[in-house]
Amino acid sequence: MYGKGLRPLSAITVAAVALTLAAVFFWAPNDAYLGFLQKIFYVHVPLAIVTLGGFVAAGLMAIGHLRTRDPRWDMRSYVAIHLSLIFGIGVLITGSIWARGAWGHWWVWNEPTLVSFLLVMLLYATYQPLRFAIEDPERQARYASVFAITAGAFVPINFLIVRLAPAYVHPRTLDNISGNLPGRMQVVFYLAMISTTLLWITLWKFEMTAKHVAAQLRQLRRLLGDEDDDVPARRSAAPSLTHAGSAG
Amino acid sequence: MPALPLHTAGPYVAAAYIVFFALILIYVAIMATKLVRSERTLGELTELVEHRRRARVEDDT
Amino acid sequence: MSTPRTSSVVRALLEAQLRLELRTFESLPAMWLFSVTAFVLFHFGLNEDSLSGNLASGVLWVTLLLAAMLVINRLYLADAEQGGFDGFLLSPADRGSLLIAKVLTLLFYLAAVELVAVPAFALLLLEPSLGQALPELLGVLALGDLGIAVIGALVGALAIRTQSRDLLGPMLSLPLLVPVLLCVAGATAPLFDPTHAGAIPLRLLVTLALYDAVFGLIAFALFDFLLED
Repeated sequence: MYGKGLRPLSAITVAAVALTLAAVFFWAPNDAYLGFLQKIFYVHVPLAIVTLGGFVAAGLMAIGHLRTRDPRWDMRSYVAIHLSLIFGIGVLITGSIWARGAWGHWWVWNEPTLVSFLLVMLLYATYQPLRFAIEDPERQARYASVFAITAGAFVPINFLIVRLAPAYVHPRTLDNISGNLPGRMQVVFYLAMISTTLLWITLWKFEMTAKHVAAQLRQLRRLLGDEDDDVPARRSAAPSLTHAGSAG
Repeated sequence: MPALPLHTAGPYVAAAYIVFFALILIYVAIMATKLVRSERTLGELTELVEHRRRARVEDDT
Repeated sequence: MSTPRTSSVVRALLEAQLRLELRTFESLPAMWLFSVTAFVLFHFGLNEDSLSGNLASGVLWVTLLLAAMLVINRLYLADAEQGGFDGFLLSPADRGSLLIAKVLTLLFYLAAVELVAVPAFALLLLEPSLGQALPELLGVLALGDLGIAVIGALVGALAIRTQSRDLLGPMLSLPLLVPVLLCVAGATAPLFDPTHAGAIPLRLLVTLALYDAVFGLIAFALFDFLLED
């Protein structure tokens, strides 16, 4: 049962997100230097950190797949990357909005977080085409896992290296903000981190459950053996859970 | 970097949070579509089972 | 049957690859031509007669990277088409030696391309003379080539068994190569400085070496899984 625990998890997530939003707008003080604009960073930075964590987690799940050859690990890795890509789009858009507000441009090259992020997104955007280009499901899963591990290793390394580029020798703005925060801001930031992480996990579990339901329905259809309903399997980039598994 | 007063920064902050929500809600919408499809499949399968049960009852009589 | 020594396997594979290339002479002329043409394109595109510093460094390295894309696609082509993997898999040789052979092959190609491309670049577009900076440039080229070779060998193996291999190869390798580009371009720019004032920031080279090492290890660990069938 993939859905076990999903209900209490989503309840906790709702509470956490609501509490965070209230704290951001009613409790956290305005930054003396950046003013009200600084509030963006409570949504942008946690999204970024959770996205990257998601990509790394997907790499770890892919290691699990290669070691056990259990397709469920591949499914977990696939959903993790899928979800992190969506969160990543949010990071780029909110980052762009922040750049516009702070620097007047919709994109800036002097913010290493944004630049590393663009790179990571460009890399993971190839995940789906890669999967789609391999028909055999077992090989598709295996190659996807190799990619997920390589890319997962790339994420932290890339972040470190981009900061070494000559352009970033001088202090950055977004990092400076998240570095040493005064009291209340730090609490709210951690709150935002917790609720964004919970949100990612909830959505991940949600999608795993949905995929499992779809797989169970497919199997039910096959068991009922509808002869004239023999739908030939379409080529797909998504892994499928061909057996009813337990534990999410 | 000068501090942006509320009336200039407000729209930007609002836009960022709106993007955050929009993404989540788009995700929910996509999952809802899949759910509807599952519901339909389940309905078809239920009907199939009932059809067969009726056919078997008719055979027995 | 005893497992043959890795070094002899690697040497045998390498010789096979190089012999094939030298006999047919397919890829190298195309890569040379591509490099020179790219420089001409940059001349017209940038509307500049000569470049120095950052601009020169960038033009040279991006051209080398794109030329590398041409060869990464072809690296495993012969193997895939002639069932080369099967023969190798049936032998008792350990699969890591195939990866090493591919990396060395790629290094060879890159070095061969640079033999023509770098002088061509110095002739066509580079403003300051290469003379003094040449040894350091060679060092930077070597480290950069190693990074390209490691990533290229891994990604090539990944992409070759897919249906859109010539698209996926570049798409997968270019983001992974950006850190390499970042380091080599940053290291080369001071060498192309007309005032000859710049010194290579050493931390870029150290970072590059570490990057090459880390991804070399990752490629080595994952390569087996790509060859299984």
